[in-house]
Amino acid sequence: MPEKTPVSDILAGEAAPGCAKKDPILVADHVSRHFGGLTAVDVAHVEIPRGSITALIGPNGAGKTTLFNLLTGFDKPNTGTWTFDGQSLGGVPAFKVARRGMVRTFQLTKALSAMTVIENMRLGATGQGGENVFASVIRPLWRGREAEITEQAEGLLARFKLDTKRDDYAGSLSGGQRKLLEMARALMTRPKMIMLDEPMAGVNPALTQSLLEHILSLKDDGTTVLFVEHDMHMVNEIADWVIVMAEGKVVAEGPPSTVMNDQAVIDAYLGAHHDVDLGTIEGRLEVAEEMDSEAVREEAEEEAEAAGIPVEHATPDAEATPAKTPRKKPAAKDEVTP
Amino acid sequence: MDFNFIPLAFGEVFSPTTAAYALAAIGLAVHFGFAGLLNFGQAGFMALGGYAFAVTTVIFGLPVWMGFLMVIAVSVVFALILGIPTLRLRADYLSIVTIAAAEIVRLSVKTPEFSDVTGGSEGINGAGRVFNEATNPLPDGRWGVGVLTYSSAQWWLIIVGWAMVAIACLLVWLLTRSPWGRVLRGIREDEDAVRSLGKNVYQYKMQALIIGGVIGGFGGFLFILPRSLQPDNYGTQMTFFLYTILLLGGAATVFGPVLGSIIFWVVLSLSDGVLSLLVSNGWLPIATTQQGPIRFIIVGVALMLLVIFRPQGILGKKKEALFSA
Ligand SMILES: Nc1ncnc2c1ncn2[C@@H]1O[C@H](COP(=O)(O)OP(=O)(O)O)[C@@H](O)[C@H]1O
Ligand SMILES: [Mg+2]
Repeated sequence: MPEKTPVSDILAGEAAPGCAKKDPILVADHVSRHFGGLTAVDVAHVEIPRGSITALIGPNGAGKTTLFNLLTGFDKPNTGTWTFDGQSLGGVPAFKVARRGMVRTFQLTKALSAMTVIENMRLGATGQGGENVFASVIRPLWRGREAEITEQAEGLLARFKLDTKRDDYAGSLSGGQRKLLEMARALMTRPKMIMLDEPMAGVNPALTQSLLEHILSLKDDGTTVLFVEHDMHMVNEIADWVIVMAEGKVVAEGPPSTVMNDQAVIDAYLGAHHDVDLGTIEGRLEVAEEMDSEAVREEAEEEAEAAGIPVEHATPDAEATPAKTPRKKPAAKDEVTP
Repeated sequence: MDFNFIPLAFGEVFSPTTAAYALAAIGLAVHFGFAGLLNFGQAGFMALGGYAFAVTTVIFGLPVWMGFLMVIAVSVVFALILGIPTLRLRADYLSIVTIAAAEIVRLSVKTPEFSDVTGGSEGINGAGRVFNEATNPLPDGRWGVGVLTYSSAQWWLIIVGWAMVAIACLLVWLLTRSPWGRVLRGIREDEDAVRSLGKNVYQYKMQALIIGGVIGGFGGFLFILPRSLQPDNYGTQMTFFLYTILLLGGAATVFGPVLGSIIFWVVLSLSDGVLSLLVSNGWLPIATTQQGPIRFIIVGVALMLLVIFRPQGILGKKKEALFSA
């Protein structure tokens, strides 16, 4: 297991929402997006540290996906400016954002089903002159690069254990394999920063551990990772830094070991669980489980004991029992069995 | 009993009109089959191609090669006019705009105000004669078998028509098997996925619209050679014939449009012959005027069956259709 980046290497001052980082790769200011009367995103200031793994968490509807869309040019903000690697990205179209090295994946997987796995991968490659309409008709102009691309693609497929699926249509893959393919395809662009929107959603639990390792290995390669995830065990395991969003705002930031016990985070999660009956102790334990928060769990358990309700004292050891939480979220909505 | 309709129907296999429709359908395959662009105005490209050539050569008396340049120029401009406002929007905007634009073209060339140049509702006569006189290297004479005996000019049209179809097939084959074609196939399925990988989706769609449009323009040029140029030939019906041909052969294939066009015209011609035979012998209780519509009912039913049982078309790959659905 690679070492986590120490907090002192990330942080330039005090940990607080919107705090400054020593070496930020992405800096956003006053980014807001309204849908009618709803404010989906209203981020005053946020910085993403370079070369580390940052988790973006928050209850459903917090605006995480919308923020991804805004930062990558897939949606236009009502206000705001942001820079990536020192260059302003406001108003830059999505494809140019990707060319500058900031590449994202989608919450609803976008593997191209009618293309084979290897063709999906090749599509991600950069510098293929044969993608020019005039050069495309003269094969010798692009055959050499195509061979290089194929080699790069096969390397990545092997790393993601998709090499046996090389010539299968992407539509025949399972939901989890499609997530992997989408991630591998994004890596074909050799991004400086990769933004993964719920990379584990729908992934077979047997695969999640290796997926975590893939994400860690990206960091080893020097790629900055920003990912949205619901499963707090995974966040605890791989993230160097956690940013918490609620109702469009950044409400807390910090290393994973402490951030989930932050009162603002607890309030945000409890506030977002309209579906769970928070009046009951079981309800609050359920939220505690999802948050993987000691503070919420202890509080609820104390109350439970006081009320004479037997509670199992779960040992919160994520290291020993990875991914033990049953997924609360329904498996990704885009799961289609062909 | 007259069974000449059978060899005549066979003649449709290589008639210049079949080639013209095949060519226009190849253009539509680039739009719809490979790029996913719902162009419902291919008849507009054909009309403009036909007019560009006829006006340049017949009305202004300029050389044939200038007519070709005008076909290309006019098709490119039409593609830009259609594409610039719509290709950044959702796919359905293009289809609405193309239907309307094709009708605008047809109605504009018909107006008396332009009749000095376009011939108004009369259209333009003589493009085939001009083209033949300028280019036909064949000696005078008539060759062939039975009812399939053609003049030197007709043979020349057949040769030119199918040579153009062959060139278009080659071009589309080269384009679609290349990395450029791969980007296009990605766009057909999910634009945002392709965008997220750093490809300028708008530019690719525009290129596809232009290429398919120019091929469609040449389809229009071929179409007027064996007949006079009539604005009312270029109604929405023509576009729907082209879609029939395309779906019949396989939308995302190189040879599908060619096979589709051949089958379409042979079946139309055969059913016409059979119906005539039945009607003239009093075996079918319908009037001769009902014959034409009935042929299209047959084609329509055949198309429905095809879409139900073989949605990828005759030459299409089943898996691609399955996974892109
Ligand atoms: N295109 C849209 N139109 C209207 N509302 C939207 C749209 N996209 C997102 N929203 C709303 O914005 C809020 C944030 O959504 P989202 O960014 O998807 O949240 P998250 O990814 O954190 O779960 C939600 O209330 C959602 O309903
Ligand atoms: Mg989301």
